[in-house]
Amino acid sequence: MQVIFKKGSSKKAKNLTELKPGEAGVLGKLDLPDDDAQRLMEMGFVPGHSITRGLSAPGGDPRVFRVDGSEVALRRETALRLILR
Amino acid sequence: MGDCHGCPNNIATLPPPPGLAVAGSNGAISRRHIVAIVGPPNSGKSTLFNRLTGLRQKVANFPGVTVEHRMGRVKLEQGREVFVVDLPGVYSLTPRTEDERVTHDVLSGQMKDIPRPDAVLLILDSTNLSRHLVLAAPVLSLGLPTLVILNMADDLKNRGGDVNVPELAMQLGSPVALVSAAKGTGVEKIFQFLTGATLGAAPKAPLIQLPVIQDIPKCRAWATSIGNKTGYHAPAPPLWTRRLDAFFLHPVGGPLVFLFVVAAVFQTIFNGARPLMDAVQALIEVSGRWIGYLIPNAALKSLVVDGIWKGVGSVVIFLPQILLLFLFIGILEDSGYLARAALIADRTMARFGLQGKSFIPLLSAYACAVPAIMATRTIENKRDRIATILIAPFMTCSARLPVYILIIGAFIPDRHFLGPFMSMRVAVMLGLYVLGFVAAILTARLLKSTVLKSGRSSFMLEMPPYRWPTARSLALRLVDRSKVFLMRAGTVILATAIIIWVLSSLPIHDGKPPAIEHSIAAGIGHFVEPVIKPLGFNWKIGIGLITSMAARETIVSTLGTIYGIQDTGSQHGLQQALRQDLTLGGAVALLVFFAFAMQCMSTIAVVRRETGGWFWPAVQFAYMTGLAYVCAFLANRIVSIWA
Repeated sequence: MQVIFKKGSSKKAKNLTELKPGEAGVLGKLDLPDDDAQRLMEMGFVPGHSITRGLSAPGGDPRVFRVDGSEVALRRETALRLILR
Repeated sequence: MGDCHGCPNNIATLPPPPGLAVAGSNGAISRRHIVAIVGPPNSGKSTLFNRLTGLRQKVANFPGVTVEHRMGRVKLEQGREVFVVDLPGVYSLTPRTEDERVTHDVLSGQMKDIPRPDAVLLILDSTNLSRHLVLAAPVLSLGLPTLVILNMADDLKNRGGDVNVPELAMQLGSPVALVSAAKGTGVEKIFQFLTGATLGAAPKAPLIQLPVIQDIPKCRAWATSIGNKTGYHAPAPPLWTRRLDAFFLHPVGGPLVFLFVVAAVFQTIFNGARPLMDAVQALIEVSGRWIGYLIPNAALKSLVVDGIWKGVGSVVIFLPQILLLFLFIGILEDSGYLARAALIADRTMARFGLQGKSFIPLLSAYACAVPAIMATRTIENKRDRIATILIAPFMTCSARLPVYILIIGAFIPDRHFLGPFMSMRVAVMLGLYVLGFVAAILTARLLKSTVLKSGRSSFMLEMPPYRWPTARSLALRLVDRSKVFLMRAGTVILATAIIIWVLSSLPIHDGKPPAIEHSIAAGIGHFVEPVIKPLGFNWKIGIGLITSMAARETIVSTLGTIYGIQDTGSQHGLQQALRQDLTLGGAVALLVFFAFAMQCMSTIAVVRRETGGWFWPAVQFAYMTGLAYVCAFLANRIVSIWA
């Protein structure tokens, strides 16, 4: 379920796709089915950890994110569901 | 202890299944010790396994599941030895994926045929310790004697990282070794631990306060606190990896490099291997003649030289080519580039309903569909995985090359166009590669929009740092492939070569073998001829097609035997004979048939194993062979009208 607070600025519910290359953010929650969320957490996407946008595939998708000492590529639709604090 | 003083363990033989050796003999003479290697993906597990076991290893499947594991023997001091199981790379022991379930079951002693390990080697990447330590919690909680191996020690040091090893050992309550599996530094500690394990002297992991292992954030916090207490300094980010990625993932340069790499792989297949292949061919011809001199009896000479030596030799010629291809794929994989290639390919693959992870198996399918189908295990989505398995055999595998080279050499003129690089022959060869590829993606499209329909699946792929591939690991891969290939040449292909020779030498009249037209083989060929006549094939090709159902390249040795009985068999002679016996339409149809048909027992067997039943291999065989028949028929018709 996606909860977006409209009353503040739209930056309140920023997700991973909104990070510019080199920009970092702190992961708030994983808005994904349990299996995918668990797998992502094992790969380093644990709430509270900092995530930096890296490079991307030539078409701009998938993108690489630096998280917890490694680099992980995610498709846009997955990155959309990772909400920043 | 002292169980193997008398064993002939200087010989690199394969270990027997340990389950049998151990049954009901705890501590007795036949007791074999088993140590499991556990670690996250990209922690250097395989490198360590290769370092410990060298050539004394083999790949096996766990009973009932599709997950493969490697088992090897480690020789220790005083003739002791220990069996090491390399378990799949996992981030946790929560049994969610098949890999995790297998790791969990083996470690907890629930896997049939494998006794519970006596000890565990937990291998972690020291340059990424905080995150990799998360796996330490569930592994240590098993209570088995565990050696925590911090791998990539050289990387950690070079990039300015640090960790207090004795303190970490205290915190984890287990011995810790800082090693570099690639360079071999620090591995003596592992041997010490293994020796201890065979003596039963390895300390049981004492109970330390562990977090709730199902709760990943808690485990991660625990790992951080351990890291802090042991003075862990994460190393600086891998600068070279960043620099190389800026180049390999450049919006313009990246795809160009990608295309260049793919082109280089094919260039290698076409031209790079040629001198080596010529050398092997010459060797086989000369040795065949030598063997001929040694055998006085004419019939026996014909069987050994024409039937066996030339039959098997016509296939062994392709060993250099196959090895070069595997070398290439090994370099790409070990260096870390293949993950980038998967990233670049993801968008294109998504268009056909697949994903970037399908790219790696599909690229290896150009060498051989069997390892490719096993490589699909990295694809988490079941439907994506089945789709990739089903299309992999369309990729032009190396077994098709002998057939293509034979037919193209016989029927396509060696004329150049578009400058010196593009000859008609190369163009036709490339065309066949494209044909297989197009069939694969259209099939994927068809499957993913019908029976294997699924939403766009998630794609999560870790980009490992770039590393120099080690000669050792590449060499082991090649030895492994050579074994598989020669084994096949020595069994399936040898058997068909003998059978074909026998069938074409019977029935004997007046003490002489019959003319080939009157042999049993010809009878079989004539029997299938009506079915294949519309494709432009005669009965001789028919026999070749039947034998090629075992393995594609067998048709070359079969045709060699059948025609070789009439003329003197070298490949040049065979090509001449084919030219007189086959129309251009029939030749093109034969190429098209081989591009599409699923003629490979090993592939059928591996698909059955990986999909867990006969359904998918049956569907795949019917689809591919049907497609091959229809397209070969059309090709014959079109070429016959046009030519």
